[in-house]
Amino acid sequence: MTSNVVSFLAAAIVAGTPLLFATLGEIMTEKVGNLNLGVEGMMLMGAVAGFYVGLKTASPLLALLAAMACGAVGALIYAVLTVSLRANQVVAGLTLTTFGTGFAGFMGQSLVGEIAPVTIKTFFQPVIIPLLGRIPFIGEILFQQDLFVYFGYLTAILLGIYLYKTRIGLNLRAIGENPAAADAASVNITLYKYAHILLGGALCGLGGAYLSLVYVPAWAENITAGRGWIAVALVIFAAWNPFKAIVGAFLFGGLDIIGFRIQGTGFAVSQYFLDMLPYLVTMAVLIIVSMKKSQEKAPPKALSVPYFREDR
Amino acid sequence: MIRIVKRANMPKTKSAGIRLLAVLLALLTSAVLIILALSLNPLDVYIALFKGAFGSAYRIREVVENATVLTIASLGIAIAFKMQFWNIGGEGQICMGAFFASFLALNFPELPKLLLLTLMVLAGMLGGGLWAFIPAYLRAKWKTNETIITLMMNYIALKWLTYLQYGPWKDPSALGFPKIANFSDNAILPEVFGVHIGWIFALILVVLVNIFLNHSKKGYEIAVLGESENTALYAGINIKRTIITAIFISGALCGLTGMIQASAVNNTLSVEISKGIGFTAIITTWLGFLKPGFILVVSTLFAALVQGGSFIQTAVGIPQAVAELLQGLILFFVLGCEFFIRYKIVLGKPFLSDRRGIKE
Repeated sequence: MTSNVVSFLAAAIVAGTPLLFATLGEIMTEKVGNLNLGVEGMMLMGAVAGFYVGLKTASPLLALLAAMACGAVGALIYAVLTVSLRANQVVAGLTLTTFGTGFAGFMGQSLVGEIAPVTIKTFFQPVIIPLLGRIPFIGEILFQQDLFVYFGYLTAILLGIYLYKTRIGLNLRAIGENPAAADAASVNITLYKYAHILLGGALCGLGGAYLSLVYVPAWAENITAGRGWIAVALVIFAAWNPFKAIVGAFLFGGLDIIGFRIQGTGFAVSQYFLDMLPYLVTMAVLIIVSMKKSQEKAPPKALSVPYFREDR
Repeated sequence: MIRIVKRANMPKTKSAGIRLLAVLLALLTSAVLIILALSLNPLDVYIALFKGAFGSAYRIREVVENATVLTIASLGIAIAFKMQFWNIGGEGQICMGAFFASFLALNFPELPKLLLLTLMVLAGMLGGGLWAFIPAYLRAKWKTNETIITLMMNYIALKWLTYLQYGPWKDPSALGFPKIANFSDNAILPEVFGVHIGWIFALILVVLVNIFLNHSKKGYEIAVLGESENTALYAGINIKRTIITAIFISGALCGLTGMIQASAVNNTLSVEISKGIGFTAIITTWLGFLKPGFILVVSTLFAALVQGGSFIQTAVGIPQAVAELLQGLILFFVLGCEFFIRYKIVLGKPFLSDRRGIKE
């Protein structure tokens, strides 16, 4: 029984890792005041670019770089439109998702059915961390994972420190809350927005690459299957906090695979209802957060409000 | 020094020209992509796209069918967007409309045709409307973010249809194949000039929604609420009721789309009922400036693009996703070009008078 629970929770972490990267990316984007609904598109772009380069070069490092670059390119289009050209953020984000889906379908046409090369598979074999990995229960769940998962923990922690403990993080949050004040304090708003939207896109690309290179690991059309949208919801679930995003992502990772697991035990619940769970939970969280109107869990005040100095 | 100044109204011909230029630039960019990634002649691809859309009577019929549903769904989305309510749940509302209508079609197949179809239309609208009512109520009551709620409800509706198709509604006579039974003839919309009657619905709705949005009290209230909630409050508009009414209608139109898809196009209910119409409708709505007339034109063009896209897969052997890529690119460019219509870039030192862009 315990071994079942441990293996389930360990699998939940794996399923949650792509969500974690995408959620962290979107947190960074939203903290700087931009709502980018193109997460799904950027994940797909990263997934296809990472897989393509991985297949051609068999180098895990190059594959990840390509995924980040491609995700960032998607975010760059969005940033040019919304930051410089002042387009509507919702529509620009949705278009990015359409574009990313088309891009992945287009580039992935010849990749369908291909399997990730052996070098990459071995590179992302689970590694047991000395000491930590030997802790019963917790160690088995958290510290007997692949390198990519550890990188996820690290990214979340670093992002948390970056946002809350550094000068740049403070400026960034100021832009999300009150851009006019940040502008008056001569923070370069355009630069901050571009930099963090692009970084956010790169993280979404990594999330996609985890799916195509490690989780599946083969190319399939529409490989993200709506995970990008879950990530958008997870940002709200995590109240824009990278540390809470770790918990949220792994919880949703668990919900993602629970249907499959419960089927195995012969428990009489239709799989299709269990598949609804992540979406229902997201809705429930959103509704509860909005009912409580809690300040701490509120979105950045200037989220999706465009800022133009001349309009003040 | 470079400054950005708001423009006074630009002449219509000039703004139309800029938008046309944007579309041309999008086509040019895709052409470069086609050359680089596929080493094909982009002109061949575009000609194949065009042929695929308008090359035969059958294909033109397909385009009209697709344009019909896309137009009706877009009209629904336009009502929501006018109020700045980001209904991206068209997909789910289409599914639920189809589900409600199919319930009647499958359970009362022997009803007289006219009665059954009327009831199905009403049921479809009710299904979509109720599905949209949930996020509308949440937004009106607690200001819950409708973007994510409508989106999540898409997936729930889709899983619901999957459950029906693989579970209780599975056709026992389909030899274990997971499909829902076909509708009786009485539940299938009749054809007019070779295309199902939905296209007449679409044309009538373009006129009706235009009147509703631009010449009715409710339409005016929706527009005011969309501009500013405070203004609406001062004007004595019942905000909650306006949100709920508008979004119910928005969902009802998407539900009608689902009913038409199930009745006239698929002749049954299935998980593939919507095929992304709900998402494409968002783009067509925006490109059509939320104006019913423009929406009709843009939807028809997009339907042609999709139809052409599925043709080039077999004709030129390139992925259907090119059509999606092209849609994305066109919208990127059109979104970007709006900037040059609304603002102009001025070089030189700022004068006091135009510091806030008031000059002109």
